[in-house]
Amino acid sequence: MSALDLASAVRSGERSAVDVIDEHLARIEARDSEINAFNLVTADAAREAAAAVDAAVAAGKDPGPLAGVPIAIKDNMCTTGVATTCSSKILEGWEPPYDATVVQRVAAAGAVMVGKTNLDEFAMGSSTENSAFGPTKNPLDTSRVPGGSSGGSAAAVAADFASLSLGSDTGGSIRQPAAFCGLVGMKPTYGAVSRYGLIAFGSSLDQIGPFSKTVAESAALLEAIGGHDPLDSTSIDQPAFDLTSVLDRGVEGMRIGILRELSGGEGGVEGVSADVIARTNEAAAALEKAGAIVVEVSVPSATLGLSAYYLVAPAEASSNLSRFDGVRYGLRVDASTTGEMMTATRTAGFGPEVKRRIMLGTYALSAGYYDAFYGKALKVRTMMLQEFASVYAEVDLLLTPTAPTTAFQLGDRTANPMTMYVNDVCTIPSNLIGHPAISVPFGVGDDGLPVGVQLLGPALSEPTIYQAATALEAAASGEGSLS
Amino acid sequence: MEWSGAVSLGAMTQRITRDEVVHVARLARLSLSDAEIDEFTGQLGDILEHAADIEALDVGDVEPTSHPLPMVNVLRPDELRPALDRDLLLSQAPAAEDGQFRVPPILGEEP
Repeated sequence: MSALDLASAVRSGERSAVDVIDEHLARIEARDSEINAFNLVTADAAREAAAAVDAAVAAGKDPGPLAGVPIAIKDNMCTTGVATTCSSKILEGWEPPYDATVVQRVAAAGAVMVGKTNLDEFAMGSSTENSAFGPTKNPLDTSRVPGGSSGGSAAAVAADFASLSLGSDTGGSIRQPAAFCGLVGMKPTYGAVSRYGLIAFGSSLDQIGPFSKTVAESAALLEAIGGHDPLDSTSIDQPAFDLTSVLDRGVEGMRIGILRELSGGEGGVEGVSADVIARTNEAAAALEKAGAIVVEVSVPSATLGLSAYYLVAPAEASSNLSRFDGVRYGLRVDASTTGEMMTATRTAGFGPEVKRRIMLGTYALSAGYYDAFYGKALKVRTMMLQEFASVYAEVDLLLTPTAPTTAFQLGDRTANPMTMYVNDVCTIPSNLIGHPAISVPFGVGDDGLPVGVQLLGPALSEPTIYQAATALEAAASGEGSLS
Repeated sequence: MEWSGAVSLGAMTQRITRDEVVHVARLARLSLSDAEIDEFTGQLGDILEHAADIEALDVGDVEPTSHPLPMVNVLRPDELRPALDRDLLLSQAPAAEDGQFRVPPILGEEP
């Protein structure tokens, strides 16, 4: 049952929110020891919140548009009095004194948090294998990764532990796990969703967004969490999007460009597998059949995204993660001086990938290298912004694969960091330029696992993106029934 | 420790040296084992090698973008408003005393 059907059943009193939550908690109990989607299951608090929803319904009060819907929250978003770990040892024992804005907004909409989900430590990774609490497995095939960094949030929805979940996306961390788990995953426009209470990784790139099984559920959740927040100075000063009312408008006359450089085209990025390219082309054909005008377009600088990202994101991370020093919260490893205590704490508290990125970022920002690496990466962002802007003068949206491959085997890419980083090659450009992008399931690869295709649009084009995503979803389910 | 500072990267076959890794670890307050220094020297070199496409780029006239969307400073009236409770915040600290965070000696000597 979709989140929207659940909410309407709870709102009408036809179903009790407590029953809905118990049902999901039972599923978690039965299978999460195998999947490891959750760092923490908040069963008692969830039952209490569900009882409050039922009480509101009984009292004739509006329990909110997502009344009684079980939701999982990535464990890098602050929850008052509930451990928030970023899947890192360095935040051991920390209970945030405040809620992230998104946590408050989903609760205000009536949704019920069932737990905090696993992630690559501090959201650094593409497989959820870099967690201090062990990897999350893909519920569709437990020998495979769920993607990352929001792998726990993706797995929670794919395994029906929750109807919806929230992830964060710095270079693809919502869209790639959505693709790997056969879900819809959306990275909104930078500033469209408040980052207040999201533990920062790359502050100019991070954005919170929804996971769901369908496009309509994704739209409903984004409506609930979006809109201006005075607590986030980068929050765009405008109300939440109206998305659910535009979903069924279709793509008649919409201009959609296949982005050559990210879709296996000549001169583009390497390593996008043939089955993924084939599904992307079929998605384009399906949109054309639905009335869209499909053309091929070129953004040459898109191929520079990976390099620019792996300078900008670590640079921002090295600065953001300097706050974890054993003084104010979390882990402290004692030593005879404060300096030694900080080094001992950080050395014991951070895992290898986080150390690698802190090192890379510190290097990229250090004297003598700033101009050659970080400074140039910032200029690449400008080039990308300009080139994407000229493409959007020609087309409304762009289409690419979400990830170069389907979900890979656990342990397959942990030895060499670059083989992991290339996973983000198609998703990174949207973060560098702050634009929205959604991953929608479209068929399966040669291995029978889901393929995700990505729709990209200019800043604040969410309504158009959701319109096209709805058409794509309809076409994909049509394809599925044929095969 | 003296550090050699910037060198011409283009002329180097090794993207980052072992000494540079040691220096960067010190800046980042991380203590690395010899094996980790070796591993990071290789891995960071690979990543920087990939970034050679950017390093080689001629971007002379292009303005840098540090933020994806044009935004102006956000101001609010300078009015008192409630803040988080001090005792609550200190309760999360590894060590606290007299309403303050407690840390080991800063200069290496007992006070």
